[in-house]
Amino acid sequence: MPLLELRGVTARYGALRALQGVDLSVDEGEIVAVLGANGAGKTTTLRAISATVKTSGEVVFAGKRLPRRPEAVARARIAHVPEGRGTFMQLSVDENLRLGAHVRRDRVGIKADYDRALERFPILAERLGQAAGTLSGGEQQQLALARALMQRPRLLLLDEPSLGLAPRVVADFYAGVRELNEREGMSVLVVEQNASLALASSSRAYVLEVGRVAVAGTSPELQRHESVRRSYLGY
Amino acid sequence: MLVGVDWAGVAQQVVAGLSSGGTYATLAVALVLIYRATGVVNFAQGELAMFSTFVAWTLTRHGFAYWPAFLVTVLASFAGGIALERAVIRPVERASVLTIAIVTIGLFFIVNGAAFWIWSPEVKSMPNAFSTRPIRIGGVAFAISDLGIIGVSLLAVLLLWLFFRFTKLGLAMRAAALNPESSRLTGIRVSWTIALGWGLATALGAVAGLMAAPPLGSFDQNFMQPILLYAFAGAVLGGIDSALGAVIGSLALGVFLNLLGTYVSWVGTDLRQAAALAVILGVLLVRPAGLFGKLAVRRV
Repeated sequence: MPLLELRGVTARYGALRALQGVDLSVDEGEIVAVLGANGAGKTTTLRAISATVKTSGEVVFAGKRLPRRPEAVARARIAHVPEGRGTFMQLSVDENLRLGAHVRRDRVGIKADYDRALERFPILAERLGQAAGTLSGGEQQQLALARALMQRPRLLLLDEPSLGLAPRVVADFYAGVRELNEREGMSVLVVEQNASLALASSSRAYVLEVGRVAVAGTSPELQRHESVRRSYLGY
Repeated sequence: MLVGVDWAGVAQQVVAGLSSGGTYATLAVALVLIYRATGVVNFAQGELAMFSTFVAWTLTRHGFAYWPAFLVTVLASFAGGIALERAVIRPVERASVLTIAIVTIGLFFIVNGAAFWIWSPEVKSMPNAFSTRPIRIGGVAFAISDLGIIGVSLLAVLLLWLFFRFTKLGLAMRAAALNPESSRLTGIRVSWTIALGWGLATALGAVAGLMAAPPLGSFDQNFMQPILLYAFAGAVLGGIDSALGAVIGSLALGVFLNLLGTYVSWVGTDLRQAAALAVILGVLLVRPAGLFGKLAVRRV
């Protein structure tokens, strides 16, 4: 049984249909990538999962239909790092991290995860009292991931983590995500424009075109796939 | 010109000004609270405080002493504020700021009218909260009630600050006000944090009304209207998005208006409201963010 399953999910912004029947799944311990051009529905796919857009169809998580309110999705332990990272710019790094654990009640576990986050991202430990808005782009990306992990998620949703970052910072970020997946079995659904990077980091991938799944398969398959190569990998 | 100034008198007037300012500050913080949560000035804030004061007045007529009535009223106002938000604001939660502002203006008239309907229009008087004796500090006599009002106002604001600064719920409320969308993704029930904000603001308003009423001697259903104006002026002076600014702005305004009224004979008490409006206008023209209003910190 997959951890997350979308069955015939459609989503709309007013009259505009952004997804028209998407089927997609993420197994426990998998990194799955969603690729596609601008406007293909990548971000909307994540928003459909976390119910920040109106949807129809089924979104099933751990065998249960997900409630259609973002705060309830967060309580089901799905951490969504949205476009623009959703950082609370005026709040301190420390406050951002504590907000990540808002849905949790286990004080001891929260404290342990807080310490672990600072160990994993030492730069954040140096900036605890600083407003998050004063961090550099790369530091903010670390904070976004650290905040998501404070939720102790069963599934991590990442929206274009490479956007606006230097290649080396992006490579570090993906290395971190892979390590999280290998060491702790974190399940990840990542949306990415940078297809070669996403395929190199994931085990399976979906290619969206105008709100539909156009191609799906394992990442190595898609790396060899003729039209995927031409359209998204550029060779 | 400073020769022959009665410094004891000035000190007394400053303390009296801080006392009025403390009342304005309490109401101003209530305004800031709702402004930050919903992006509007709650025009009904003063009338809600008036309503709370009338509830307390009713309690004192039924055998309650001042402070038990105070406590019950503040708690009831907290609950009432939450209920009001659920009933009136929630349906327009996603509407434009203008819509919500107009709803609060409607609320102003409804609450005012309801108070006239429930309680007869003749003036009321409230038992004193504090001893009416003066107290001598450094050879100058101050009114105990002035010092008491300053103390209660600052204590109310301090408690609120501690709540926002040091509790998980307080942090969630600040986050929800800053970035509702992201807060919901974090699992915060934003709609409830707004209701809670209304509850806290209404409770704070009750404190303001209950501090303001006794010194007036007599009051009617319109007694909070000038105080709302002063609180608004104080909040604008300090920066409408800054609670600390609103407190400092309100205290400064209280002192300023009191000295103005005492020492500038042609201002007297008649032009105090005009002076407050002049402050609002002046601040909005010269420094719209107020003294402590913040610009967003962000590195691009």
